[in-house]
Parts: sequence; C-alpha cells; structure tokens
Amino acid sequence: MPDPDLTLSSRTLSEAESKALLARFGLPLLDERLAADPNEAAAMATEIGYPVVAKLHGVNIAHKTERGLVRLGLSDATAVRQAAKELFAAARESDGFVEVLVAPMVRGNRELIAGVANDPQFGMTVMVGIGGIFAEALGDVAIRLVPITRVDAEEMIGDLQTQALLGAYRGEPAVDRERLVDVLMGLSAAVLASLDVMSVDLNPLIVVDGIPIAVDALVEVRN
Amino acid sequence: MATTEQFRALFDPRGIVVAGVSTHPGKFGFVALHNILTNGYAGGIFATNRDASPILGVDSVPSIDDLPEGVADLVFVCTPAATNADVLRSAAAKGITAAFLASAGFSESGDDGRLAQDALVALAEQLGMLIVGPNGQGVVSTPSSMCAQIVAPYPPRGRIGVASQSGNFVSSFMNYACASGVGISRAVSAGNAAMVGVTDFLRYFADDPETDVALAYVEGINDGRAFFRDVSEVAERMPVVLVKGGATAGGQRAAASHTGSLASDNRVFDGMCRQAGVLRARTIEEAFDVAATFATQPMPTGRRVAVVTTAGGWGVVTADAISGTDLELLSMPDDLIRELDAELSPRWSGSNPIDLAGSETKDTIPAVLEIVTRHADIDAVVLLGMGIQSNQARMETEGSFYPEWGLERIAGFHNRQDERYVTVAAQLGSTYGKPVLVATELAVTSPDNAAVRGTMQSGKLCYPSSNRAINALSRLWERAQWQQRRAH
Repeated sequence: MPDPDLTLSSRTLSEAESKALLARFGLPLLDERLAADPNEAAAMATEIGYPVVAKLHGVNIAHKTERGLVRLGLSDATAVRQAAKELFAAARESDGFVEVLVAPMVRGNRELIAGVANDPQFGMTVMVGIGGIFAEALGDVAIRLVPITRVDAEEMIGDLQTQALLGAYRGEPAVDRERLVDVLMGLSAAVLASLDVMSVDLNPLIVVDGIPIAVDALVEVRN
Repeated sequence: MATTEQFRALFDPRGIVVAGVSTHPGKFGFVALHNILTNGYAGGIFATNRDASPILGVDSVPSIDDLPEGVADLVFVCTPAATNADVLRSAAAKGITAAFLASAGFSESGDDGRLAQDALVALAEQLGMLIVGPNGQGVVSTPSSMCAQIVAPYPPRGRIGVASQSGNFVSSFMNYACASGVGISRAVSAGNAAMVGVTDFLRYFADDPETDVALAYVEGINDGRAFFRDVSEVAERMPVVLVKGGATAGGQRAAASHTGSLASDNRVFDGMCRQAGVLRARTIEEAFDVAATFATQPMPTGRRVAVVTTAGGWGVVTADAISGTDLELLSMPDDLIRELDAELSPRWSGSNPIDLAGSETKDTIPAVLEIVTRHADIDAVVLLGMGIQSNQARMETEGSFYPEWGLERIAGFHNRQDERYVTVAAQLGSTYGKPVLVATELAVTSPDNAAVRGTMQSGKLCYPSSNRAINALSRLWERAQWQQRRAH
C-alpha cells in the first residue's frame, strides 16, 4: 500500500552523489569533476578537454537552471575560471557547502528522458520518453514495472509514438537502441539493488552520435 | 483462495437453489428464477420463498433446510443482506459449495455494509464455500445452459470467458455476442468482489477447457503487483483482452464512487498491460471485436495482409487503416499477379488491395480467395464488398415486380452466392491456418443479409467496418509478436 509519508521520509541526492550511485549500474555518464575553487575548475577543464560545462553543485541545490547556475560551452581556462568565480559568488547561505562541477560539453539535437518512479498502485516503475523543450506537451513516454527484461525495454522504446526522432535525423545517426536498452536495464537494476531508491530522473539524456548520455541525474532515496 | 471445485460448482452445478424468489415479476428473485428456467438449464432447479408459493411452476420451500441434501451445488441469493449468513449456513449443510450473492447493502453502502461483508466472507471460508458478489448481477455458463442472472440477455455458446467488475458490461459483451453470433463460454460479474475478483475468474478461465480467450472489465485495483502477477500468468497461456474504466481523471472520480477503489496513472496501467501481455482495449466494442477475433480466427504468423475487394473505395480506406498499424499491406509478388491475371479480366487492380473491379463471374471470388489465402507470402486476408448483390436481391424481393421478370431466380442466385463466398472464406482460413476476415457495414445495416448471415453461420465475426477488422487483426498480431519475442 502507498505510504502517505513517503515524500517526507525521502531526500534528494546531489548531482554528484546521484551520478556516483548510478555509475555502479553502467549508466552512461560523463567524466565529471568537482572543483573547490576557480583555479581548480580551470585545471580540471583542461584535463577533461574543451568545451566544458560548469555548474554550481551542492547537496541542497536542486533547480540549477532556474537559478542560472549552469554555464555552457566554456571553451578555455579563462572562461572556466571566470564562470566558476561567478557561480561561487551566486551561492546562497542556504545552499551550504558548494563546489563547481566541471563536465564535458556534449552536443546533440535530440534529447530523451528516462527515470524511475514509485506508482501508488504498482510500485516501482521505469520510464523512457522523448525529452527536450516539448517533452511535457508531447507526453510521449513508455512505462513498465520494475524489474524489466531486455525484451520489455526494447518494447518500451518501440512503444514511443515519435519513432521518427529515434531514427537517423538531421545528419545524426539513429539512436543506438541497444545502448538505450542498457540505460533502462541499469535503472531497473539500480532499483532492485537498493530498496532505498525511490525515484531517478535522467533529464536530459542527450543523444550524442546516436549514443544516449545522461548529462544530468537526480536520485531520490528513502531516509 | 477459491478452489477449482468451487468454480466448477459455480459454472457447472448439478442443481441451483434460488434463495428469496418473489411472486412479483419485477423483483430480482423472480427474474433470476425466470432466466434460469427459460434458457435450457438441465440440472435441478429449486426455490425458496417465505410463503412457499409455487412460482413459474417451481414448488418453492420456506427454507433451504427443507431441501434434500446433495441435489444442488450453487445457491443464487436474492434475500436481503441481513439474512445472507443464514442462507449460507443452510446451503453448506446441504452440500452446496458456491453462492452467487445478488443482494445489495454491503461494502458499496458504507462502513456497516463493509463489516457485514467481511463477516460473510469469514463465514464462507469457515463453511468451505465460494461466494461471488455480493451486489453482483449474475453468472452465465453456456456449456451448462445456465443463465443465473437478474438481467438479460443469454448469449450463444462460444469460447469467450467474461469477467467484469461491472455487471452492465457483462450484459454489453453478451449483447454483442447475441448480435454477432460469436458466443460466450462463461460470464460473471464480480460485484463487490468480497472473496473473489476478476483475476480469480481469469485464472480459472486459463484452465477451463471451454474457454479460449478472456475478456475483462476492471475499474479499480487494490493490489497492483498481485494484479500484474495474476494477469501475466493468465496471458502467458491465453489471450486476455481488458478494458479499464476510469482511465481519465473524470473517469477516475466516477470509478472511485462506483467501486470504492484507488486509481493509477493511465500510462502506468498501459505499460503494465504491455509488459504482462494483456491486450488493453480502449472501448467496450473494441474489446469485443478483439476477443471475438481471438475466439474465431487462427493466430497470424506474420504481418502481411492481402485485401480482396469487389470495389475500389473500400480497398483504399482499408489500405489506409493498415498503414496506421504494425500490419503491412503486402506488395504483390509477381507469381501471385500472374496467377490472378489468369483468373481475372484485365480490369482488376493488378496490385494489393486486390480490386476485382466488377470483373468477376460465377466462380471468380472463391478461386481468387483460394489463390490469395494459400500464397506463402500472405499472412492474413481481409475480404470486402460481400453482400452487395444480396442487398440488391432484397430490394428486388421487396419491390412490386417480384417474383416476375426473373427476379425470383436472380435474387435466389445472389443470396446463395454471397453465402457461398463467405463460407469459402471461413473454410480457407481453417485450411491454411490464416485469419480471413469479412467486413461490411451490412453487419449493422442489414443483419439478415446473406453475406452477414453466412459469416455468422460459419462461426466468424462479420466486422461492421474494415477499420474494425484491421484493428482486431493488428491486436492478434500484437500478441503474436509478444509471444515470439519471449519464445525461448
């Protein structure tokens, strides 16, 4: 039966914590680093290779985009240093301990979403859908109950209405369905492995040369 | 948990006791007895009535206590809720192992009713008795010619097992069965589902030699995971066609007050069905179309469809309908074109849809159907334009010139031909193990048309439109694929 106090007894992991948890299940994440100051951020960006993205990161920060805490397409160390300085300056007291997360900047015209949610009747579910700015208007998602098989995952992808977006599109190759199946299998495995996982949001999964990459991830766990 | 023996007592009882029969023809107790008596049930029929009045030729007794032991397996209870416990005790003492409770006044009426219902279930468990309902409409079982319900109709015998959380959809499905001729094996309304619910009946259907396809209506589900597990197990063995009421926010509010159950996200329910291999239908009529197709057609082994039509427009919209599904309008192989060229005048379309364009003579349609259905590249056939000539025959028969001017002869010829064509279609489907579907709006507009009657007599559904035929066929293909992908 659904637990009415579920929302009270859960917490959202930071982006880095979320990704660390999900990496154990083979989910496609980027080589990301946490920097304590602007100089370290620039050094890390040089190691990763340009262009990069910088985000203010902390356990209490959830809505980065809305607060302007994401800087895209930084192409050299100077730009990274400057962006990191501004991000640290934008931190509020309520954010607590903050760092700057530096990640490779990936590009793709197509965005997908995937995740895990707890349904009041059917329990843990795994979801895949068309992402991007029209995601909510389209509502093109497919859902199954955890655990899923590879066949279930393949059928989920096949059930999406906007199949044209999954094929070769505007000069980009078709979405690699096997890799997308791997993402869904990883999400299902993460739920099975940890009773604490209550929800996962991979939004967006950017399709880079046909490969879905999770550039943002949030995991909600039971306290 | 109900046993198979208890379900047998429910669906194939040696005898039935109707408890609480009334002399008033407007009361449930009267109607239930009437419906059992008038539909050919061959077992013993007994009735209880406070005054022991004879009703509809049955000598009623004041109480089940007054009946001999071992003559009945099922009691159909129409007495007020407060008396039901006593009825169950008396019934159990006479060897009755199943009870259908039509009585209302239980969980649907509030907390007191819920307590009474729980107490009744506890009692039934103690007595080793299955109770179905309460607040249910009835149970139908055509192998036993049993119509134990408080409403019409009684359907023809067939292979569809119906289980519903709502009695009125049991009626709807059976009305479709009566109209289409595609029959029902068992049908039951779960009512408040105090002891057994829809999935318990589905599980019984999976083992029932009389049932080939399960057709279910559900609104609320208490334990989603148990529901998923149950329907998955059934769907592995038998097609399950399901309609979910309360799929939208508005419907959910109605369902909450109707069955008192929680509702879930529609897309979660959709995905659960796909995962379980359950075929979710959007509407009651689609659900019946699909179930009737499973019950009467072989499973397709591929997606390639041939459309055979006597006129162009029907073929065109059918091609459109196919393109909106996972089915494929086969592009005709050369050898098939050559075979058809030999049979048809040059006016035929030369492609799929195979439009005969009025080029047919007396034996053309059966010959074309044979060539098309047996071809290895074709997995299913849809036949359109049957019954046109019989429709003309009807106008001639009803007109003022009949039977002069050769009208009697020609009308008879057209009726025989249309009947022959659809009969051949059904036979070819059996011979080659492929679905062959006949679609014409005459199924609705002129149900006595020879093509429509002939399709019914061949045991098939005559689809009222080609898009409904294509949709039903696509759902068979959906299941075939679901099975193929999971075959080890």
